[in-house]
Amino acid sequence: MNTSSSERGTDLVKRGLAEMLKGGVIMDVVNVEQARIAEAAGAVAVMALERVPADIRAHGGVARMADPSIVEQIVDAVSIPVMAKSRIGHFVEAQVLESLGVDYIDESEVLTPVDDNHIDKWNFTVPFVCGAKDLGEALRRIGEGAAMIRTKGEPGTGNVVEAVKHMRMMNKQIRRLTVLDENELMAAAKELRAPYMLVKEVAETGDLPVVNFAAGGIATPSDAALMMQLGCDGVFVGSGIFKSGDPAVRARAIVEATTFYKDASKIAKVSRNLGEAMVGINVDTLAPEDRMQDRGL
Amino acid sequence: MKIGALALQGDFREHLAMIRSLGVEGIEVRTEEELDRIDGLIIPGGESTAIGRLAAIYGLIEPLRDKINDGLPVLGTCAGMIFLASATLRHEQPQLEVLDVVVERNAFGRQIDSFEAAMAVAGFDDPVHAVFIRAPWIHKVGADVDVLASVEDLESGELRPVFVRQGRILATSFHPELTADTRIHEMLMEVS
Repeated sequence: MNTSSSERGTDLVKRGLAEMLKGGVIMDVVNVEQARIAEAAGAVAVMALERVPADIRAHGGVARMADPSIVEQIVDAVSIPVMAKSRIGHFVEAQVLESLGVDYIDESEVLTPVDDNHIDKWNFTVPFVCGAKDLGEALRRIGEGAAMIRTKGEPGTGNVVEAVKHMRMMNKQIRRLTVLDENELMAAAKELRAPYMLVKEVAETGDLPVVNFAAGGIATPSDAALMMQLGCDGVFVGSGIFKSGDPAVRARAIVEATTFYKDASKIAKVSRNLGEAMVGINVDTLAPEDRMQDRGL
Repeated sequence: MKIGALALQGDFREHLAMIRSLGVEGIEVRTEEELDRIDGLIIPGGESTAIGRLAAIYGLIEPLRDKINDGLPVLGTCAGMIFLASATLRHEQPQLEVLDVVVERNAFGRQIDSFEAAMAVAGFDDPVHAVFIRAPWIHKVGADVDVLASVEDLESGELRPVFVRQGRILATSFHPELTADTRIHEMLMEVS
């Protein structure tokens, strides 16, 4: 077979990579050393960043795409897929990341948005993952070309409450669509502010058309297993690993809890003696402008 | 007949859906006890480093190796092919070493080089629609390995196997489980 007669960047190829990440943990890393720790711990991918969300929160100011040299060093250092974040709507940051060879772009509310319009993701060969708090947001992002969805949660807090809320909301809205009469779907699409064809597809299949991971506030093996039991396909851990006392041990424990998410005795076993978890923030105490989940709806 | 899919990480649900669509019972396999209950095994696509590491810490490498060497039929796709292989070019990672090939990981490049294409397979009347995602290919095959499909390495001009069979072991670089084509899964049933 001559591989030059083939097609790249198709829906199947973009969504397919997310299928391969299922049941796995994607870890935020800011340098080569952390990327190697994540790979050795069994991460299915790493997210290359300049600062983890907890530090972005503490630092304030405008948060942008990472320095290309950090991304390149991490791409060269590990054999697993490398993701990187662009600002919402910043399609040039996305073009730059694609040129660096990243395997997935996270158009992320963790960085400071630049536009009310999200990136037209159909224009890219590289696939995108986007955050969502509910089904309408998820389907709008898929309508713009996202090949993978994750809950937004509240990043950098070490508090899983918002991720739970977003996952439950999505599940509830999907279940509701499956019991609607066909001629109620247009009104449902209007209510969800989502593309009708995608609403119809979800009503028929009872599932999102792309993989859905949990993200935002996951800090412990039990947090990861909780999200898996709530029905997500895998987990992102941002600040939770490298802001904890013993990252390598915690990273391995979260990987194992994600695989054996239904086995409480195994989760108990890996949760022992993990050292200090990251310091958490109560989401209620955040000022409205500090709530990252309300960016890019 | 009961077919198991190694369910440590990856797209095992898609494989099981395909098995069930053929009217065969499919179960998730995470333990040695579950391994004892099956007549055939699928090692899914996923990240081979994650699957290998989880298999190693949960003591599954030896039982899997013994079962497959004793004749348990197995189909490995993508990461599954890597996990079955005897070695990996430029990488050290846990492998079953039951399939006599050396694999090269991410042989086609990064995700932007992932692709789908129609591909001829030895013994099939019609081509398969092959989906390659950060896929490996086979760098070197052993004497007892039959090559069922290959792609051309555009750099060296050499043919690189992407679908092989060694006795009851089947391995593909691509993902039949992401398509509606059940022929490769049916091959596993035939030897199970």
